[in-house]
This record gives sequence, structure tokens and C-alpha cells, in this order.
Amino acid sequence: MALSKRKRAAYLRYAQYALIVLVVAVIAFAADWASLRDSFFKPDLVREQFPDILKTALKNTIIYTACGFVFGLLLGLVLALMRLSSIGPWRWLSTAIIELFRGLPALVVFLALGPGFSRAFPDYEIPGGGLGVATLALGLVGGAYMAETIRAGIQAVPKGQMEAARSLGMSHSRAMISIVIPQAFRIILPPLTNELILLTKDSSLIYILGLSLDEYDLTKWGREGMNSAANLTPIIVVGLCYLLITVPLSIVVRRMEAKSERAR
Amino acid sequence: MTTWSTGEPHVPSDRSTAAIDVQQLHKYFGSNEVLKGIDFHVGVGEVVCVIGPSGSGKSTLLRCVNMLETPTSGKIFVEGDEITDPDADVDKLRSRIGMVFQSFNLFPHMTVLRNLCIAQQRVKGRSKSESVEIARANLAKVGLSEKEDAYPAHLSGGQSQRVAIARALSMEPDMMLFDEPTSALDPELVGDVLQVMKDLASEGMTMMVVTHEMGFAREVGNKLVFMDGGVILEEGVPAEVLANPQHERTQGFLSKVL
Ligand SMILES: Nc1ncnc2c1ncn2[C@@H]1O[C@H](COP(=O)(O)OP(=O)(O)OP(=O)(O)O)[C@@H](O)[C@H]1O
Ligand SMILES: [Mg+2]
Repeated sequence: MALSKRKRAAYLRYAQYALIVLVVAVIAFAADWASLRDSFFKPDLVREQFPDILKTALKNTIIYTACGFVFGLLLGLVLALMRLSSIGPWRWLSTAIIELFRGLPALVVFLALGPGFSRAFPDYEIPGGGLGVATLALGLVGGAYMAETIRAGIQAVPKGQMEAARSLGMSHSRAMISIVIPQAFRIILPPLTNELILLTKDSSLIYILGLSLDEYDLTKWGREGMNSAANLTPIIVVGLCYLLITVPLSIVVRRMEAKSERAR
Repeated sequence: MTTWSTGEPHVPSDRSTAAIDVQQLHKYFGSNEVLKGIDFHVGVGEVVCVIGPSGSGKSTLLRCVNMLETPTSGKIFVEGDEITDPDADVDKLRSRIGMVFQSFNLFPHMTVLRNLCIAQQRVKGRSKSESVEIARANLAKVGLSEKEDAYPAHLSGGQSQRVAIARALSMEPDMMLFDEPTSALDPELVGDVLQVMKDLASEGMTMMVVTHEMGFAREVGNKLVFMDGGVILEEGVPAEVLANPQHERTQGFLSKVL
């Protein structure tokens, strides 16, 4: 059995291709395409979704996510600077907040801020309705994650940058704002975009809030559509809409990573 | 009236006329005493070169002068103002002291021109047009006018260091600190940077230079300081110290580097 290493690797690869072809063929023959199409991709139900799914559900998902992300980014920056502070209580407070909201499932945060809040403080409500709760919940969850990313980014900026800025007479905070933080964000743009993708999906948790029709996000829209049509087609369309947001973001991340790889 | 003179080249002059005056400076990193009671003096317009083996505390001394390191004890005066005073406005005093690092430390996310303007605008409150004018003048001085739109990543080491010098000069400092400004450069690029420093010295800039360039020290320096083990072992006129070192350790060091 004197197969060379390279030959053996080639045979192994052909065997893998053959296996993939086999599996696809079996699925294609075994599947009942007509019934699959009727329950998952009914053309008239697909057509029925448009354009309202874009004008309402897709738009709302983007708004909830964007507001949550922006709030989370600001919160994450503040938490990161607190973590790096020389003042002990700031560090402890920010560590506690980060650990709390990183450790809790996003659903629990939504439940606490939505139904939980209105039960605990019946006389108050979170301003902004569904959007307000979504911004707060997504911002807390995303901010806790992003705080650690931002902190790592700030620490990845060479110490000489701060020293050069200080030697030119800049104060610590001025040097942070003009010199260190812009460089940190360049470094962490890929992980931040990943966080945006995760938040896009987490925004679906808003369904627990009891929304009016014009507040529906994609997932809520799909569930309602699925129930009223007794068919899975709306969910499939919703899934494609999510991909419409997330796949371009992934491509952007990959581009940025390739670019920073080349710059090294 | 006492009218005696010692004839020595470096009598400590009146404190108020000294550019840099270091008194009994001690610096610990943890339990490691890196500076062990330094007394040190740079007169206005003087060029003082500091040499010594690796780890002797040259960088630490330089970095204490503009408080990038906080001294453990001792006093440092900059043009008569005590920068080590807890109530001193360190940021303000620092803007009188230019600093050039071994590793350049240009801001990589900004063009060369922006590197030269940012602190002028943010610290000195200069207008955009004023700061650009000063920046261009300093770029011309270091011979890099054509690079104003380049990013630091596209500069050679020698060009980067000259931009770093121009950046420090754009704040119009009264004195300049150099920490081995040519040590990170390819040998053929060292000359350009040294030339810029020579020009600066001949314009009367007060300079404190940590360097291994003995030729520069001999030619440009008014005073040469040899440090070892956190103390100043010997100081004097560069040509004399280099030709005729008094201390055994100075002799040993010079025999290795010359
Ligand atoms: N931030 C720091 N923390 C702890 N120790 C330090 C720190 N900076 C310097 N040291 C120590 O202080 C001593 C003096 O360092 P310094 O950089 O001043 O020496 P140097 O004379 O500039 O040497 P070189 O010629 O290698 O630059 C060294 O032993 C070094 O390890
Ligand atoms: Mg050094």
C-alpha cells in the first residue's frame, strides 16, 4: 500500500465530494417537492407579503437594532473607560454591570424591562414604548459585550500614542478622544459589526412586548402571518429578510478582516 | 561684590535661567531603584547629550523631565517652574517641551499635516489656517514639504522621525528632548535626522539628547553626560570626555562603542 501522501489526500477529497453528491441526490429524490413548496414557499403567499413586510417589519427590525446598537455602543464606551479608570469604584461598578448583562439571556432582559418593569412600577413607563424598551434592552445586552471589545481595542493601541499626545500638551481625556479611541475603533470594527449582526437577531425578542401592528418586527410579523395563513411561507420570507440584513454585514466584516490582514 | 569665576564650563547657573534643573531625583519601579539621586542641569541654548549602557536609566531620566514618568522623590524645574509640584499645570508645562521618541509615535490614522496640526488646534487653540501655516513651515524645515498628505505608514523611518521632529516643533517649544532618535533607523537614514538636529542646535534650541551617536555628541554637544546604574558618573565637554574619560566605567563603555 505505497500510496503517496498527496495521492491519499486526493482520494480522500474525491470520496468527500462523492458523499456530498450522494446526500443531495437522496434528499432530492426522497423529498416531496410539491408538498414542500405548498407548505414553505407558496407563491401567492410570498407575493402577499410584499411590500408591507419591507415597509413595516423590515424597517422596524432595522430601527430597533440600530437604536439598540447606538445606545449599546455609547454604553459600551462608557463602561470600557470605567473599566480602565484608575478609580476603584468605577471599575467595580462597570465590571458588575458587564457581568450582569453578559450573563443574562437577552430574553430575560426583555422580560424584565417590558412586563417586569410595568408590574414593578405601574405608575411609570419606559419612554418610547416598544422602541424604548427595545433600545434599552438591546443596548444593555450589546453594550456589555461591546464594553469588553472596546476595552481590548483601547489596550491594543500602543502606549507610545498616548505618550506622544501627552508630550504635545494634550490632557489625558483629549488624547483619548483625538488619538486613542479613533485608533481603537479601527481595530475593533470587525467584532463590532459581528455584534450588530447578533443584535439584529436578538431584536426578534421584542415579540414578548405585545406590539401594535405598525410596531411589528420581522419575527412577530412572520409568526402572525404563519398563524393566519396556517402555512410556513411567511416565516421563510422573514428568514430571507434577515439574511438581507446580515449577509451584507458579514461580507463587510470579511472585507475589513482581509484588509487588516494585508496591512500587517 | 564677589567677582570670582571658577573657569569651569558648567557652573550651575542661576535656577531661573536654567532650561532644565533636576535636583536629587530618585525613581523607583516597584522596589527597583532606577534613578539614584540625579542632579542635572541644562542651560538655555545648551545641547546636552546623555550616553550610557542599556538599562542605566537614560530614558527614565528624560521621561521624568516632562513627567511621562512620575519621580519618586526630588524636584525638576522647567524654566524655573517646578513641574514636579503637585499643583503644577503639567499639560501646560509639557507644551513648552518637545519630545522625540525612538519609535516616532506618529499618529497613524492622520495625514502628516494633521499630525502636525492636531495639538496646535486642540492645545494651543490655534485656528486651522494658522496651524497649517506653522505646520508647513516646519515640514519645509525638515525637508518633507511634499509629504504633507501622506499617511505615516507610507514614510520611511528617517522621514517618520523628521515628521515627528516637525510635529514637536510646531508647538513652538522652548526645548526639545530626544530619546535615541536614530536608534530605530537604517544606517543610511541616520544622517538626514542628525542634520535636522544639527540645524536645530545651530538655531539655538535647547536640547537634551539620549544618543549612541558619539560623532553628533562631539560635534554638536556642549556637554556630555555619562550615566551608569542610575547615577551620573561623569560629565564634561564632549571632546574631553570622549578623548580622556576619567571614570573606569566610562572608559569601559567608550572602548566598546567607539
Ligand atoms: N515602566 C517600567 N516599569 C518597570 N521597570 C522599568 C520601566 N521602565 C524602565 N524600567 C527599568 O528601568 C531601568 C532603566 O530603564 P531605561 O529605559 O531608563 O534605561 P535606558 O538607559 O534608557 O536603556 P536603553 O539604552 O536600553 O534604552 C531598566 O532596568 C528597566 O528595566
Ligand atoms: Mg532608553
